[in-house]
Amino acid sequence: MRSKPATTAASRPLSAVLVAGALGVVGLLIVAPLASVFYEAFARGVGAWWGALADDPDTRHAIWLSLTVAPVAVAINTVFGVAAAWLVARFRFPGRSLLISLFDVPFSVSPVVAGLALVLIFGRQGLLGPTLAWLDWKIIFAWPGLVLATTFVTLPLVVRELIPVMEAIGPEEELAAVSLGASGWQVFWRVTLPNIRWALLHGIVLANARAMGEFGAVYVVSGHIAGATDTMPLRVEKLFQEYRQPASMAVASVLAGLALVTLVAKFVIERRLEAESRDLEAARSLPDSLDHTKVEGAVA
Amino acid sequence: MSIHVREISKSFGAFRALDRVSLEVPEGTLLALLGPSGSGKTTLLRIIAGLEFADEGTIEEDGADITARHARDREVGFVFQHYALFRHMSVFENIAFGLRVRKAPNAEVVAKVEELLRLVRLEGLGGRKPAQLSGGQRQRVALARALAIRPKILLLDEPFGALDAKVRVELRQWLRRLHDEIGMTSVFVTHDQEEAFELADTVVVMNHGKIEQQGSPDDVFDHPATPFVMDFLGNVNVYHGRVENGRAFWHGIPIDYPDYPHAQAREARVYLRPHELELSAPAAVANRLGTSLAASILRVVRSGPITRVTCRPHGSEQELQVDVPTEVAHRLQIILEPGTHVAITPRKARVFVPDPEYVI
Amino acid sequence: MPLPKPTMIALADSTAFATTRAQPAVARGPRRRHAAVLPGFGTSAAITSLVVLSLIVFPLAVLVLRAASLGPAGFLAAAWTPRARAAYSVSLTASLLAAAASSLLGLLVAWVLARVPFPGRRILDALVDVPLALPTAVAGLVYSALYVKKGWLGQWLVPLGIQGAYSYLGIVLVLVFVSLPFAIRVVQPVIESLDRDAEEAARMLGASRAQTFLRVVLPAILPAVATGFALALARALGEYGSVVFISGNMPFKSEIAPVLIVARLEEFAYAEATTVAVLLLAMSITLLVVVNTLQQRLARNAQ
Repeated sequence: MRSKPATTAASRPLSAVLVAGALGVVGLLIVAPLASVFYEAFARGVGAWWGALADDPDTRHAIWLSLTVAPVAVAINTVFGVAAAWLVARFRFPGRSLLISLFDVPFSVSPVVAGLALVLIFGRQGLLGPTLAWLDWKIIFAWPGLVLATTFVTLPLVVRELIPVMEAIGPEEELAAVSLGASGWQVFWRVTLPNIRWALLHGIVLANARAMGEFGAVYVVSGHIAGATDTMPLRVEKLFQEYRQPASMAVASVLAGLALVTLVAKFVIERRLEAESRDLEAARSLPDSLDHTKVEGAVA
Repeated sequence: MSIHVREISKSFGAFRALDRVSLEVPEGTLLALLGPSGSGKTTLLRIIAGLEFADEGTIEEDGADITARHARDREVGFVFQHYALFRHMSVFENIAFGLRVRKAPNAEVVAKVEELLRLVRLEGLGGRKPAQLSGGQRQRVALARALAIRPKILLLDEPFGALDAKVRVELRQWLRRLHDEIGMTSVFVTHDQEEAFELADTVVVMNHGKIEQQGSPDDVFDHPATPFVMDFLGNVNVYHGRVENGRAFWHGIPIDYPDYPHAQAREARVYLRPHELELSAPAAVANRLGTSLAASILRVVRSGPITRVTCRPHGSEQELQVDVPTEVAHRLQIILEPGTHVAITPRKARVFVPDPEYVI
Repeated sequence: MPLPKPTMIALADSTAFATTRAQPAVARGPRRRHAAVLPGFGTSAAITSLVVLSLIVFPLAVLVLRAASLGPAGFLAAAWTPRARAAYSVSLTASLLAAAASSLLGLLVAWVLARVPFPGRRILDALVDVPLALPTAVAGLVYSALYVKKGWLGQWLVPLGIQGAYSYLGIVLVLVFVSLPFAIRVVQPVIESLDRDAEEAARMLGASRAQTFLRVVLPAILPAVATGFALALARALGEYGSVVFISGNMPFKSEIAPVLIVARLEEFAYAEATTVAVLLLAMSITLLVVVNTLQQRLARNAQ
């Protein structure tokens, strides 16, 4: 951290203008919409809000569906993220940089394109369509399709969090554990996981938020069948199309609340991550002054 | 347990870290691998530990080939350069780790860890986290952790590199006493010659992935085998001259070099250590012409117990560094100040006829 | 063939934990440096390749092959219809506008967050992440509600002739919303790491504040701004959820490419949907390569 004054006296008026501008941008683009969700949702009172959520069986089902799809997608992501980060951060092998680029693909590919690709594989007209029909397995327009689409769009979130953290920590602690006789799983559970836990949690929180809120990819594979394959965001759209704005806003407010919870969790976790990276730095550079005060007497 | 390294080679891409290195570490010795960074010393240590695998060559422990044995099963205690302590575990759990993963009974773990905490003089600090310890304390935790699994060999990678000067000296002496107590075959890597010479029974000087010299500290210091070793072991005055008929000449002073008895003159280098040169008043050595050199003082710098005198031999442009113990300097018959004429007498000089491949 | 098991030296008087694991006779994998020492190469490689191949490579390959099977003429016929061309044009122009707006506004916000201390800076910093966490459907819904004639903002803007909802402008607005965090988060750390001494030196040498910014600061942060722009553009091009609410989705006017894909799919016009998707995919991959290149340069500059 720099100790210099962040602004000089001469630039104070300019700073005020800049701050006002930034507040304006964030206020207009981010705060106003966020506030308006809750305002619109609760405009007719908490009772009406609750009614809109609880009295509509299709909405109830959508909430339940979201709560079952997201955790599965996040779980797949967690296993994949840890494995992929371990692979990429701890080993050098041909094709490694290509693999890292592939991790990013779901970020840049339109969710709609991803959804379409899944339809082309698993849909009735798709590559595996006849096989699935023969097996009587339903993937598209069903729960597995929702999970696949959600997993695809959230795929980079956990691994992207873990790679830089694992690279910063380095392999020495794990090598030390191996040389002390630890088996692979012992190394993972006792050394690696405790070291990456906050980064992992960070990735999980982000993946969960994205999984709960995913629209495009899920829209394409779900067939948006009310009471069957509509997740919360799809329900928001359906209610909107049916001109049931208050109900739509009520569901939207639940999602927005979830987003706020996510942000708070993210904020807290990021503080922990910063503390951990400071710890790591402290562990690398030893405070010499500390040595004089504490070692004397200990080393006779 | 003895270690026998045979013809080990290791490359990282195009970089040849080790080039057919062979080394024997007898049971119970404390051996130092000394060399500049990139000399391959750490790679060799890691290969012995099983943390790295050699491209060629074998490693034996007490005659048994362990080349392919996994680090997990080598029964080697390794102290990492930055200690690699488990940051989220207490000191106690760090030391206990090797026992826990072997599913040792808890009572036994507690007894062993307590014993080790006493051994490394960290009693009462078992509950601390590594971040709450000083560098020297962390170093000793790393050592205790490595000793907990009762290794047959102890390997230390730059064990004192991260510590400040004062703690380094204390810990060094302590480690030497510890080694004498437990008598475990130990190898440590260092780039600090003082550390190697003070601590080790055997010093192995490495450069460019090869062993330059191996021997007792006295042996290596007094009889450097190569110019590199001579250079690496500290400040030297280098003088480019010639050698012929078994003698080299340094400003007209003959130095015996029986290894080159040929009449045909060849380029040679004369190395003189600053503390192996003697200063005296010119008059005092008038009768010893041919063994000393007339020079004038250019600069005098006193640094504690040593006074560094820079001289220029008469008729030469080269500067010559002479270290005089300050105590001795006071008793000299000459005034140590720029301009004073002095006589310089070498007590010892070394001649190397450069290997054509050797580039300094 | 397993080597003889090593005998552990017993601690105290216990022989309880002699290891019984068999060692591989040779270090596995000649070229893997840590592989032989650190565990889990096989397992992690298996999981990673299973997921990457089945979820990323295979689906996208199927998409591309499906489009390729149409042949060049068939591809062109399906991908280059007037409606599709209009959709590309709306997608591209709206995304470029949005990415440009995000980059500019993002630079302002990033600068303030990095440089200007004021009460509530941390809250502002946290708010920047809202678009990442807020489902896009919610954003689309709310934006359309804000900018209709009766909405909070629409009541002032619509009388002025500014139609934020169900219009091209609406598309740009939501795209700015979803892409803003990308533009900010790439630039902010670079501004934080800028060497203030260089700016002070420039000021001391007589440069005006504007000159200092243009000649000293801007060149230093330009790669980051470019990266942010590319990321914002990639995000905007693929966005669907929020646009669907606000654009009105009028073919030829306010229909973006992803909306067209869904529309074609719902008509079971797989060829059209697939070809448009492949073009969109090609743009995404190109942008990904651009972003990677820019980020590598950023990392180099940071050293």
